Amino acid sequence: MITLTVNGSERQFDGDPTLPLLWYLRDALGQTGTKFGCGMALCGACTVHIDGQATRSCVTPVAAAAGKQVTTIEGLSPDGQHPLQKAWQELNVAQCGYCQPGQIMQAAWLLKTKPNPSDADIDEMMSGNLCRCGTYTRIRAAIKQAAAQGETK
Amino acid sequence: MKRSPADQLIIVNDSRRGFLRGFGAGSLVLAFGGGALARLVHAQEKKEEAPKYGGEGMPHGLRDDPHLFVEIAADGTVSIVCIRAEMGQGVRTSVAMVIADELGADWARVKVKQAPGDEPKYGNQNTDGSRSLRQSFAALRRAGAAARTMLEAAAAAAWAVDVAEVKTGVHEVVHAKSGRKMTFGELAAKAAALPAPKADTLKLKAPAEFRYIGKGKTNLIDGADIVAGRAQYGIDAHLPGTLFAVVARPPVYGGKVASFDAAGADKLPGVVKIVPLDTTPLPSGFRPLGGVAVVADNTGSAIKARAQLKIQWDAGPNASYDSLAYRKQLEAANRKPGKRIRDDGDVDKAFAAAAKKVSADYYVPHLAHATMEPPAALAQFKDGRCEVWACTQAPQAAREEVAKALGLDADKVTINVTLLGGGFGRKSKPDFIVEAALLSRQLGKPVKVTWTREDDLVNDYFHAVAHSHFEAALDKSGKVSGWLHRIAAPSIGSTFGPDPKHEGSFELGMGITDLPFAIPNVRLENPEAAAHTRIGWFRSVYNIPHAFAIQSFVAELAHAAGRDHKDFLLELLGPDRAVDSKLADGVEPWNYGEDPAKYPIDTARWRRVIETVTKEAGWGRKLAKGRGLGLAAHRSFVTYTAVVCEVEVGDDGTIVIPRVDIAVDCGPQINPERVRSQMEGSVIQGIGLARYGEVSFKEGRAEQTNFHQFQILRMNEAPREIRVHLVAHEDFSQPLGGVGEPGLPPVAPAFVNALFAATGKRVRELPIRGQLKPATAEKAA
Ligand code: FES
Ligand code: FES
Repeated sequence: MITLTVNGSERQFDGDPTLPLLWYLRDALGQTGTKFGCGMALCGACTVHIDGQATRSCVTPVAAAAGKQVTTIEGLSPDGQHPLQKAWQELNVAQCGYCQPGQIMQAAWLLKTKPNPSDADIDEMMSGNLCRCGTYTRIRAAIKQAAAQGETK
Repeated sequence: MKRSPADQLIIVNDSRRGFLRGFGAGSLVLAFGGGALARLVHAQEKKEEAPKYGGEGMPHGLRDDPHLFVEIAADGTVSIVCIRAEMGQGVRTSVAMVIADELGADWARVKVKQAPGDEPKYGNQNTDGSRSLRQSFAALRRAGAAARTMLEAAAAAAWAVDVAEVKTGVHEVVHAKSGRKMTFGELAAKAAALPAPKADTLKLKAPAEFRYIGKGKTNLIDGADIVAGRAQYGIDAHLPGTLFAVVARPPVYGGKVASFDAAGADKLPGVVKIVPLDTTPLPSGFRPLGGVAVVADNTGSAIKARAQLKIQWDAGPNASYDSLAYRKQLEAANRKPGKRIRDDGDVDKAFAAAAKKVSADYYVPHLAHATMEPPAALAQFKDGRCEVWACTQAPQAAREEVAKALGLDADKVTINVTLLGGGFGRKSKPDFIVEAALLSRQLGKPVKVTWTREDDLVNDYFHAVAHSHFEAALDKSGKVSGWLHRIAAPSIGSTFGPDPKHEGSFELGMGITDLPFAIPNVRLENPEAAAHTRIGWFRSVYNIPHAFAIQSFVAELAHAAGRDHKDFLLELLGPDRAVDSKLADGVEPWNYGEDPAKYPIDTARWRRVIETVTKEAGWGRKLAKGRGLGLAAHRSFVTYTAVVCEVEVGDDGTIVIPRVDIAVDCGPQINPERVRSQMEGSVIQGIGLARYGEVSFKEGRAEQTNFHQFQILRMNEAPREIRVHLVAHEDFSQPLGGVGEPGLPPVAPAFVNALFAATGKRVRELPIRGQLKPATAEKAA
């Protein structure tokens, strides 16, 4: 039995401990904000925070989250009003939107480590997150806008 | 209209759905349902009738009945029904804006309801061909105006005043004389009981009265759900008791399972059942490829168990498909004269008299759609009915295919359309939806089928590979006097019927037959090219290789003639005019289903986007060493686009793109904010496919299996800045052009033209990958 905390709620998992966390979140817990894009840590669509750190849930076994705090996009802020979520809406960053939860989770980790990221910081931290629709210029602008507001948690 | 010969692929007013083939007298096979067939046969017989264009010409036509599209609740909430699929183009926002504006609704109280697939009720619902707003803007306005008229009539009746005395304000109807007001909510029930007014009696708003249309100030209606992770895509659909499936499909198109051994796999944790699926004989059209399905209590366990299956494949007729060898075949085909598709003047004479001859070949490989959300669908078969939730661009085709596969009447099948995590044409094909439906019937439970990225890349409906050969004659003054273009590419028609082995008229019409240049002697040929994999349409379709080749070659000619590229291109376009070319017998002009009288090939509009983009980008400005500007323009989906790309190439061949400018003339713009966003996305996608996009084949199989091999552009390589220049029409009665696709075709040629300007190295085959490295290393040495 594996015990972990997902968005503040304690969960018990007694299935295959090697199951990627992604599928536990999506298929067992119904937390579908975390997306599947590649299953090989190549796209970032599945990004969650484990004990505060951005992690690709598609290659993270549930066992690796035992005893840890998992935060998904659904739990990033109680009301969907994280500065990044606000900036994303104000700049209409999304096209299809499918990659955006992963982008936002990655960006939230970026702002935690670098509250005022340079372009090079953004490139370094965000280039693992693919967007097939091509929203990168707006993602960059939204990160800068959120950073400028300076109230990242 | 000329009747096409029986051995031609006939496309009836529809780039995507109406694939129809004739085999001799009157015998017809169609890849679609019976209703559509009847319509098309009917259309053939009644060929004397005036052809229908635009939305009217699509299967099931257009509707403007307000009862279908507008619902107003007693609390005043306005629900607008969107019949097109949202895949990032913003259609749910834009459709709602149009109706809300004509209605007089307050945007804050507008919701969007997604219509299920039901074309007999809603009219055509295909979301492809950059047609949603282009073809339905006028009908959406009428629907909104009709609903407003009904609210006004209801208010006038309630007050017993002449309807001419009442007026709609924002979300309310006002009687100015008496100062009385009633809200939309208060009027809703009464208004709903009224008959819809006749379309020709409607008073549409004057553009000066618009509050949303054309403003670009409206945020995405799904924006809050997207950033909170609440937005529901096909892959997110769920019902109590849902089982999760992945399918091992034949890796070679046309292959099937020879034998399989599930021992071991079926004992893994979470696995519920292992189910063989029938293979569709070639050509498979919209039907599934078959294989072996693994059904489990979660997708991860199904993926793990699938890897343990031991399957012997019978590879079938495409077992030896090798894209390198195939490329050589295309090159060989293009060395000889091929099927003539257009012949103006006397090309041979022009070449004989040429002061200079230039020749070049261009190659664009197969591409994969790689939608960020792979294909996925949930189906529940129960009590003789099937209900589906899926990310589909073509819910009616999905409905017909599911019905056919299950042996049900279409009215027993419901297709609920979720958001699409990207579409790009992949999700017009409902094969993955049929898989879910078949599995749900077999398991007696709701089943969700998810395609992994490997599935998506290996079993895509691939964008056609294409090879172009050009020869041009320049006269003494450096003007182009002769133009020969041979294009060889497998046809989408091969996926839906016997392989036509030549591009169809609608494929050739994407840049080849509609060549706008004022060159006196032009010969266009289309040598044979058979298909060896599943070919489908990808965003912008054949415009991608056609524009790449033509717009690259024009830059090469300008260079050969010692001329500025922009001046040379404008000169080639010649005087402002509507281009009307005579095509060879059996080749029809293709105008994206639109009336050529309303949507001519207008060289003035070509010129305007080129002038705009070059001016805005500072064409001709002095650049540091290693930097260059490249230009390209194109018309597709009755929209005109031009791109200037700026590049900086390091001594080691690394490419940086400081800036891209793109100008677009798509007629009046309903939602300029989303027009910009589509252009930005097209630029990034276009740069990505130019740099990395390739699916290659060996022994019949696609060699790229995930994003490490099929690379798409990443943040660090994206243009630093993209400037979109809207060449917008203020007059909203002018015809609209497409937006979702036309941005893409000029991007790759502008990019390689810029690389040439920066380095002197001409890239003639995509993807670019490391092509600049050795040359720059040599130069540096
Ligand atoms: S799904 Fe995890 S990185 Fe792509
Ligand atoms: S918005 Fe569609 S993949 Fe990023």
